[in-house]
Amino acid sequence: MNPGLGTYLNLLWTFGLMSLLAVGGANATIPEMQRVAVDVNHWLTNAQFADMFAIAQFSPGPNVLIVTLIGYQVAGLTGAAVTTFAMCGPAGVLAYFVANFFHRSSHSFWPSLIQASFVPVSIGLMAAGGYVLAVTVDNSLAAVLVTLATVLVTVGTRINPLWPLVAGGVLGFMGFV
Amino acid sequence: MNQHAPPSDSARDPVPEQPGLFELFFAFSKMSLAGFGGVLVWARRAIVEQRRWMTPDEFNEAFALCHLLPGANIVNLSIVFGGRFRGIPGSLAAFFGLLLPPTLIVTTLGILYAHFGDLPGLQRTLNGIACAAVGLFLAVTLRMMGPLVRRKNPVEIGLMVAVFVAVGIARAPLVAVLLIALPLSIVATYLWRKRVAA
Repeated sequence: MNPGLGTYLNLLWTFGLMSLLAVGGANATIPEMQRVAVDVNHWLTNAQFADMFAIAQFSPGPNVLIVTLIGYQVAGLTGAAVTTFAMCGPAGVLAYFVANFFHRSSHSFWPSLIQASFVPVSIGLMAAGGYVLAVTVDNSLAAVLVTLATVLVTVGTRINPLWPLVAGGVLGFMGFV
Repeated sequence: MNQHAPPSDSARDPVPEQPGLFELFFAFSKMSLAGFGGVLVWARRAIVEQRRWMTPDEFNEAFALCHLLPGANIVNLSIVFGGRFRGIPGSLAAFFGLLLPPTLIVTTLGILYAHFGDLPGLQRTLNGIACAAVGLFLAVTLRMMGPLVRRKNPVEIGLMVAVFVAVGIARAPLVAVLLIALPLSIVATYLWRKRVAA
């Protein structure tokens, strides 16, 4: 694997732009990430993308690290570093300056209104991300059942989210899913 | 979970020990490494309950802003939080604390995957984990929908459903959807507030 400078620049541009549009968190960007990585650039297959999502969810740390895995898959360790930086850097700089501004100015009408108006858009995006992933991942009745059981258990109880992941892994390993 | 802290800790004088750069780095790497399936819970626990670097209200305000801005919420929070106490060096310390340890772990897993991704056992295990991971994600989304559903604001719910259909089912590009939905949502929220106020 010997990616050229063009590949790095493409990763930098693609994920830098994506991060600046990632309203409502990195997970809201999942459909866009899949569209760009699988459908447009053919960096990964659908199955690989679903695996990256699983690894990122199962690892400690922010779920945004799925981009680290995509970057590694595309262009090795440098690709992983470039992609992670692109996804976190520009948005972080923006957050730094905007937060400073808000910290100095007091509460007012428009900021709170704008904040409230982001909510339905962001949750709609999250739902879309969940739907796209479910369609990608749940290829059998058993898989659908594991997903549904996880939803029910997680919404209904205060269980540590690690347990459904472990249960899914064990069921998968035993060949049930 | 934004449970209110017991009265005793909001009554306490807010004399936050100003965290140093190393403290910021290690505090954020600790919460990051604990954060299976979401760092937010651990971030609040460390910042508000254990170290008392922020009051519950200060934390809520800082997080709301990071959620409103683009990018990964918790990454933004590390930058904003570190910056508030120690300027740009503080931001960098918290940022690298949050990202460096899990990046190393996730990259190691990525390398293992690249080498052993074809093993049927690993493949099956990851498939099973992926099904549960999607379930966790859907569950969080449902929880977040709670307040909107209870408010029964038709415009809000309509926008949410429209964005879901456009991005999830029609697979329209995110940029286009945001450019249409955000201004629409701002206008709709403005009109709705005026109507409620009237």
